[in-house]
Amino acid sequence: MPSSVMPTPRKVGGARPPAAVSAFGLRKSYGDKTVLDGIDLRIPAGTVFALLGPNGAGKTTTVQILSTLVAADGGQAQVAGHDIATAPDGVRAAIGVTGQFAALDDLLTAEENLLLMADLLRLDRREGRSRTRELLERFGIADVARKRAATFSGGMRRRLDLAMTLVGDPQVIFLDEPTTGLDPRSRRTMWDMVRELVAGGTTVFLTTQYLEEADQLADRIAVLDDGRIVAEGTADELKARIPGSHVRLRFTDSAEYERAASVFPGAARDDDELALRVAGDGGLDALRSLLDRLDAAGVRAAGFSVHTPDLDDVFLALTGQGTAGSGAPLHLEENR
Amino acid sequence: MSTFAHAVHDSRTMLRRNLKHAIRYPSVGLGAAMMPILMLVLFVYAFGGSIGAGMGGRDAYIGYLTPGIVVMGVAAGSMSTSIAVCNDMTEGIINRFRTMNITRSSFLTGHVIGSVIQTMLCCVPVVGVALAVGFRSAAGPLEWLAAAGLLAAIAFAVTWLSVALGLISKTVESASNKPLLIQFLPFLGSAFVPAGSMAPGLRWFAENQPFTPMIETLRGLLCGTEIGDDGWISLAWCAGIALIGYLWSRSLFNSDTKR
Repeated sequence: MPSSVMPTPRKVGGARPPAAVSAFGLRKSYGDKTVLDGIDLRIPAGTVFALLGPNGAGKTTTVQILSTLVAADGGQAQVAGHDIATAPDGVRAAIGVTGQFAALDDLLTAEENLLLMADLLRLDRREGRSRTRELLERFGIADVARKRAATFSGGMRRRLDLAMTLVGDPQVIFLDEPTTGLDPRSRRTMWDMVRELVAGGTTVFLTTQYLEEADQLADRIAVLDDGRIVAEGTADELKARIPGSHVRLRFTDSAEYERAASVFPGAARDDDELALRVAGDGGLDALRSLLDRLDAAGVRAAGFSVHTPDLDDVFLALTGQGTAGSGAPLHLEENR
Repeated sequence: MSTFAHAVHDSRTMLRRNLKHAIRYPSVGLGAAMMPILMLVLFVYAFGGSIGAGMGGRDAYIGYLTPGIVVMGVAAGSMSTSIAVCNDMTEGIINRFRTMNITRSSFLTGHVIGSVIQTMLCCVPVVGVALAVGFRSAAGPLEWLAAAGLLAAIAFAVTWLSVALGLISKTVESASNKPLLIQFLPFLGSAFVPAGSMAPGLRWFAENQPFTPMIETLRGLLCGTEIGDDGWISLAWCAGIALIGYLWSRSLFNSDTKR
């Protein structure tokens, strides 16, 4: 996130922002199926945290537990300073949740939906009305304020849904796959809204299966796979953790291959394919020096390709899904 | 605000929401009024001549039939709550309510009170049509008031049961099927013919099922027949059904969400 906007956590001062969400050893199973197998989290106030994982990894369950919808089988968690098990009402008063499916009342108009929230938040009438007007404007649905939510498109429903979540000006917002099923344009609009929220000091807990989304929005990303967090860090940290940025050199002659291997002793060998994988930062200078070294040794490569990692590589490598170019899933130790 | 004031405030908010639904989509409410009206007309004009023959004719039969039809209408109308509850439970909105700091039970009380109001309003056209086809009552204001109170108690009790049935239903379709059993129950009571005229096994059932004393009490209030113990038995049934429905609903609603 751009550092030009200083996050201003609402209720607290001090140098290090306190955790808006912290969890330790969260567990949940349904019958024999373990959905969450010991989740630890710490999300500083005023930041965006993305929980990234494939379908069925346990993202929604994590949100359900932290938002007090479902009780955990084990572990502890605090949200906005309240324990989810012993003070769920305190948690509820501090959070807003926008789930995977728009949670609005189809039979009511957009305006009535927002007023319903204002009533349930026990805002006084005037405050509720002004808040509703403001949110209708901000989310670009003022012109359809008197139309029933049932008639809205997917993108508009999500916007109304998020607007409803914001009526109470929550400290922590949970967004469970907020852009799943949205067209690219609506997705960008949603991203802009999330950025706006964070600029205002709100903590955002986001789940997504889109790597680009996590890359775009999140200060920190945790990769969830099969109920466990397999990696955590900034997008750049995660990218740096897989040997993605490399140049692949192919040879047709095994003698040539061996000579190249001695020029680059650190390179990963693929003896079957007669290919070397030389790590690099993907920059032009690194590439030039690599070619210079090959030249100086008089080695001729039959072909080469440059591979730059993106979060997709991280995701595929960490979650053991599909066949990434990097081969077998990597097992990275977690570091905080 | 105290906890109790919160509960009242939240329940009122939920009630407003449900009434708005009812006004906006009157088909459910109108359906609840149409069914007993059609039954009334059918039984008066198609079957009334023959069934009423033993009671002193069609006009006398209207007097016998109307209280049964009204009770049946109240039972059927109350059961439509399960559709509304199930609808809310399967839509995302319930999860929004559950993650807000509101009185949990307000969602249920809002539905129950809304449904009782709606059901009572549905009684008006039913009684109106009954009067139009020749129903005459000797009841004074006090009896009418007592009749309204009895009907409200029945609506309240059946609605709580209906809420529980709505909560256990996974789909709106199954929620709309479950109540059929209860809607059918007045047929096996004294709504259309005296229980005494039925075959022995059925007769025992008809005499001991909850709707018979309720119908007999209403008949007593509106037509001046003997009420006897039926009044107290009716209220006891109402209290029992309401309590079971309430406890069942509460435990269903407070258990973990699984969907």
